Amino acid sequence: MSGAQGQQEIRSDVVLAARNIAKSYSGIQALKGVNFDIRRGQVTTLFGENGAGKSTLMKILSGVVQPTSGEILLDGKPIVFSSTTDARNHGISIIHQELSLAPNLSVRDNIFMGREIIGPMGVDFAEEERQVRELLKELEEDIDPLTPVEELRLGQQQIVEIARALSVDSRILIMDEPTSALSAAEVEVLFRVIRDLTARGVSIVYISHHLEEALQITDHAVVLRDGSMTASAPRSEIDLAWVVRNMVGENYELGSPPSGYDFGPVVLSVRNLVVPDPAGGGYNVVDHMSLDVRAGEIVCIYGLMGAGRTELLETIAGRLAATSGEIVLDGKEVSHLSIGERIARGLALVPEDRQRDGLVQTMSVGQNLSLASIMEFTRGIFTSLKLERALIDKSIRDVTVKTDGPDAAIGSLSGGNQQKVVIGKMLATDPKVILLDEPSRGIDIGAKAEVFRILAARAVAGQAVVYTTSELNECLSIAHRIIIMRRGRIAAEFGSDVAKEDIMAASGEAEAA
Amino acid sequence: MTETSAKTVPAAATGALGRINPIKLLLKGRAFFALVAIIIVFSLLSPNYFTVSNFLIMSSHVAIYGILAIGMLLVILNGGIDLSVGSILALCGVVAGALMQGVVLEPLGVILFPPVWAVVVLTCVLGALIGAVNGVLIAWFKVPAFVTTLGVMYVARGIALLLTNGLTYNNLAGRPELGNTGFDWLGFNRLFGVPISVIVLAVIALLAGLILSRSSFGRWLYASGGNERAAELSGVPVNFVKITVYTISGALSAVAGLVLSSQLTSAGPTAGTTYELTAIAAVVIGGAALTGGRGTVRGTMLGAFVIGFLSDGLVIIGVSSYWQTVFTGAVIVLAVLMNTIQYGVRRAR
Repeated sequence: MSGAQGQQEIRSDVVLAARNIAKSYSGIQALKGVNFDIRRGQVTTLFGENGAGKSTLMKILSGVVQPTSGEILLDGKPIVFSSTTDARNHGISIIHQELSLAPNLSVRDNIFMGREIIGPMGVDFAEEERQVRELLKELEEDIDPLTPVEELRLGQQQIVEIARALSVDSRILIMDEPTSALSAAEVEVLFRVIRDLTARGVSIVYISHHLEEALQITDHAVVLRDGSMTASAPRSEIDLAWVVRNMVGENYELGSPPSGYDFGPVVLSVRNLVVPDPAGGGYNVVDHMSLDVRAGEIVCIYGLMGAGRTELLETIAGRLAATSGEIVLDGKEVSHLSIGERIARGLALVPEDRQRDGLVQTMSVGQNLSLASIMEFTRGIFTSLKLERALIDKSIRDVTVKTDGPDAAIGSLSGGNQQKVVIGKMLATDPKVILLDEPSRGIDIGAKAEVFRILAARAVAGQAVVYTTSELNECLSIAHRIIIMRRGRIAAEFGSDVAKEDIMAASGEAEAA
Repeated sequence: MTETSAKTVPAAATGALGRINPIKLLLKGRAFFALVAIIIVFSLLSPNYFTVSNFLIMSSHVAIYGILAIGMLLVILNGGIDLSVGSILALCGVVAGALMQGVVLEPLGVILFPPVWAVVVLTCVLGALIGAVNGVLIAWFKVPAFVTTLGVMYVARGIALLLTNGLTYNNLAGRPELGNTGFDWLGFNRLFGVPISVIVLAVIALLAGLILSRSSFGRWLYASGGNERAAELSGVPVNFVKITVYTISGALSAVAGLVLSSQLTSAGPTAGTTYELTAIAAVVIGGAALTGGRGTVRGTMLGAFVIGFLSDGLVIIGVSSYWQTVFTGAVIVLAVLMNTIQYGVRRAR
């Protein structure tokens, strides 16, 4: 450990320093020895793609999770945060990416949740209300403190979340995607508040996918990629291109679009598809979208969070219902069919969240692999163990799952191999169209390359492949065609030779230079 | 931590003979060891316990719980719960009793005495229908299983009381001249010395075991109980599975109701009170997870026998019935505690 050495390196303006922080979740290394400094009265912005480890690092710094190894220095002294309360008592608070408000409680009660002001007669609601009014005035938001949070729109809820973090007098304030639901005017107010805070000596850690917006407020930029810190520099020395270059990296290869064959006929045709927000937000997450995919073609759908990619794929697969539009598979309308019937016709979806939607944790590796093709090895009433075994063995070979055998517990596999099981399960149904929602989420580079190699081979064999991603490198790999989604619509469509900057401009990540 | 399937256990055990963890072995076969321990203890305490005739009598008591527990196992594998089985048992028993007394058709001025086989079929259909109501409410209308079956538990019990005005049908033997004798066959007769009720239990257990381990429906059930979202996206008809398990549970409650009223030669509206809890206990002692996706028929049968042999044993050695309740409760808590140890470790947060 380089603790003593690290201590000497720290300069006086560093309030909180992370040294050699590593964290792994059930076999997956989310952070691989990261050093990270937070400077007094400055905005330190953390850049990185999804899965780069930004949120994990922030959770460690705010006491939500404990690092596997490494240490945290507060004012140069080693410290362990056992909980968020512990971290808060040391002046560190965090605004989470996912809102952590109780929807049934009022704004006031949410802001003072867990640290109510106690007067002689119990909770001093009047004083709480006064403080909340003051906070909201500072944030220029006209919300009554007694409104239940569930009646606020998402952006206002985010403001409440920010107000709660501000109500604690923190020395260090971590903001994980605080602006994802805010309007431009609200972002401006937030930035003004951030400037006020830094002027008072508060240190800010800022995380955002909107790179240009984040650069406006940045004093010092740090870039993470695949769990390691790749670059760190003050604002004066960097520009957007520097951020993109360090975020994406240039030196690894995820393959190129397979060539040397002609595409077949259109196998999947989506016409004017409209899908309302499944959470009941009252708007359309997929808004009159049309898309044709030919046999043998690989299409990448790129977009930010909330662009409607997941909803588009889930609607095509049959999990969500469209209010209007057609889904035509191989010349036949399939909108009225169940998920199982669509799978039987050759439409397979590999979902985004493999723990929640992909794997059955109580079943073995083999049973997970054969789950979508049970009828293939059912003879009469009973399943044939022999046929099932043959199907499982073939799947394990096809997608190269590293396992002790088909009977191993699914939880014993690494993240990459678990993902291959989910993909293998759907490929075993021999689909005509394979839809994959973020197939590379949370898996390491080696497994990513392997997944893309498998998909490219499938395309050459005549299957149509549609995958979504929020990583530029994965867009510019095996896809013949890149579709940019933004607010439920196709914002742009490119060939495989597009520049990264154009993709970012179209998705709304960066305004075109 | 890794749970290998039954097939690979011997291989792993011989490979590491010196390193077998006795605690792990005890944990895995806990229901079996508990049953062995119960038999040994009571055999030492009472000379009457370890006899063939006593085992057969105890088994015929177990049959009722056992049949209910198999239905309950299917529901619990699906991640649900069925609190209505005791009430369905009573309602079906009462309806069977009423049918045996004869159905009065007023406009025709005749009394219909259906033959016993028709009574059995009608009763099972009724149980299945009530179960299907549970299933539809839970699968289509998304009413939580606990609430749905709690409501149906009250409704079924209430209808049973209404039908009989709170009274009990005592004469279920039927009359030879009406051709409806034989109702007591289920409860009293023996085939090769084995009570019919035990044979019924064995057949149902065997069928359920085959369905769970070897049919596509069984695989659907384990998958949708383990992770319903993943199962649905893999094309499993999750709502069909859900409705089916509640329907089977209802039908098996009717079978249990027939066996019970046959054994007692009477059908009362208060029969089977709290039997749902005994059935749940059997399933849990058998190692099934209440969260769904884990559990076997073999385990559930062991669980049912543990409960039955324990309570009958306590009766035989003359322990007060109040103590039986205490013991049963303690066994259940112990079983769930062990389940938590076995399954809970992997759920690291």
